[in-house]
Amino acid sequence: MNIVVCVKYVPDAQGDRTFNEDNTTDRANVDGLLSELDEYAVEAALKIVEAGEGEVTVVTVGPEQAADALKKALQMGADKAVHVSDEAIHGSDAVATSLVLAEAVKKIGSPDLVLTGLSSTDGTMSVVPAMLAERLGLPQVTQVSTLEVADGTVKGRRDGDAVSESLEASLPALVSVTDQINEPRYPSFKGIMAAKKKPVETWSLADLGVDAGQVGLDAAWTKVESFAQRPPREQGEIVTDEGDGGTKLAEFLAAQKFV
Amino acid sequence: MRGMPQSLEQLFALDGLIQDDEREIAKAVRHFVDERVRPHIAEWFDTGEVPARELTKELGELGVLGMHLDGYGCAGLSATTYGLACQELEAGDSGIRSLVSVQGSLAMYSIHAYGSEEQKQEWLPRMAAGDAIGCFGLTEPDFGSNPGGMRTRAKKDGEDWVLNGTKMWITNGTVADVAVVWAQTDEKVRGFVVPTDTPGFSAPEIKRKMSLRASVTAELVLEDVRLPASAVLPEVQGLRGPLGALSEARFGIIFGAMGAARDCLETAISYAQDRQVFDKSLASYQLTQAKLADMALELGKGQLLALHLGRLKDSGTITPEQVSVGKLNNTREAIAIARQCRTILAANGITLEYPVIRHANNLESVLTYEGTSEVHQLVIGKALTGAEAFR
Repeated sequence: MNIVVCVKYVPDAQGDRTFNEDNTTDRANVDGLLSELDEYAVEAALKIVEAGEGEVTVVTVGPEQAADALKKALQMGADKAVHVSDEAIHGSDAVATSLVLAEAVKKIGSPDLVLTGLSSTDGTMSVVPAMLAERLGLPQVTQVSTLEVADGTVKGRRDGDAVSESLEASLPALVSVTDQINEPRYPSFKGIMAAKKKPVETWSLADLGVDAGQVGLDAAWTKVESFAQRPPREQGEIVTDEGDGGTKLAEFLAAQKFV
Repeated sequence: MRGMPQSLEQLFALDGLIQDDEREIAKAVRHFVDERVRPHIAEWFDTGEVPARELTKELGELGVLGMHLDGYGCAGLSATTYGLACQELEAGDSGIRSLVSVQGSLAMYSIHAYGSEEQKQEWLPRMAAGDAIGCFGLTEPDFGSNPGGMRTRAKKDGEDWVLNGTKMWITNGTVADVAVVWAQTDEKVRGFVVPTDTPGFSAPEIKRKMSLRASVTAELVLEDVRLPASAVLPEVQGLRGPLGALSEARFGIIFGAMGAARDCLETAISYAQDRQVFDKSLASYQLTQAKLADMALELGKGQLLALHLGRLKDSGTITPEQVSVGKLNNTREAIAIARQCRTILAANGITLEYPVIRHANNLESVLTYEGTSEVHQLVIGKALTGAEAFR
């Protein structure tokens, strides 16, 4: 069972979020990490391979620093990594990202399973998995909280607000997983030391045969016109209880539509 | 004037002295401490109950236990890396670092350095994985700084050894699967690998401690404990054995103590920035800044010393006197920093809401265990003058 896991390098949510002059997210000058939601996909892949056999390849599209996301996945136990990095990719939207990922997955080989997280923790669009499946011509089983691979099929459960759906598809397939599916492992010292010797390939758009005009900010279907920092939080209202504290509290909650 | 605050690491540019691997490992330990220790440590300290077996297993999975030893399932990393791991563990709590020190530097190190191949095969892989817990019995109720006077006796009975005596202040004692016990024989002091289920072995827990409350401490009672000839550590005789292991553990403390100090100072800085006194933050008062500056200097100097000693140990040239220099300086400065930080937090500093009093109380033990400050002063004094002043 050969599995490709698509991962993203995202700004650390605990740090300051900044933007470039062209209104794209600054990924180069901030602390970044492997998108936490992608850790669940890496863990799911490792569990499948550990229970049987095969190889886990992680792939990312991103700037030079995105190699850190791959390193984390390798430390967790993935076997090899592919980093697609090209100046021309800067500012790509989900459509272009899915194109680059699709070509990268094809070049890696024909995996039995392509895994992704639920969404990125920075863009939070959740559309790349579906787009990628379309481009690869694979059945898509998205947003599942369980995953079982057996006899050439993949089964998973998608939990909605009202119903839970049991989904099944034949392999090869693309599956996106939620943060309910497992508890991602943290790299052990062994994993950290072993990762240093694992192969990481870096590919450009030319290596993938993708025309630079199809990706990047200029090719994006949508454009961020402007951005503004959220105004700082204002100090809360202090109510002095003069016998009517309860009433005032209830009024406040009602005004905020909490009750 | 307001500027962008710098971290303590930035002030001393420590990061440039640390290699990538070392940084990765330290980060992994810091993450472990954030996830598994920090959320629970106040409760463990408060109740005096710590899930030692569970934690040992998790630390084994991470790779911390015996990480500076080679082979037998150990990670085989450098002494400096081990030190940095100790610093992160003790930033969590000295009790957790003690668990790791006793397992890796005292129990595992003794078996690794002095044990037979059979003893190593039997115990080290399980101890590295965290499936077996070890403890180390040298100190006795009446013999601390003078272990040579120990009353625990091992007598030959045919091929067997029979041990009698009492060991005191034994970290991990009640939860241990194996104890490395040092006993006086007719000739020299010898080390014994004692499975804790051997008849005659018991380990009553020492309660009512005000320090290292998130650590298991016990007395070891040996009553006619009969061991086969294969239980003795064959490769060492005399006090050189236990003192060698203690030197290993002391090395971890040099880094560890700075972890506790760092946690206190980071807490105090952040508290001072938030706390409003009269009409401005506590951090913007000159007396607070003088305290913070002085503490930052001692922390940075202690960390530089620790790294220097780490490099010396990795080059194989470190001497016991140099370990004493580090242990004396860094435990003494760490407790001074913890106490000074407490004054910045004032009343809040005495609660378990903040880590400061917990670290300060823990450091009371760290100051005197593995060689008291006074003994290390005498070791350094002897090195400088050539004259022994121990007795």
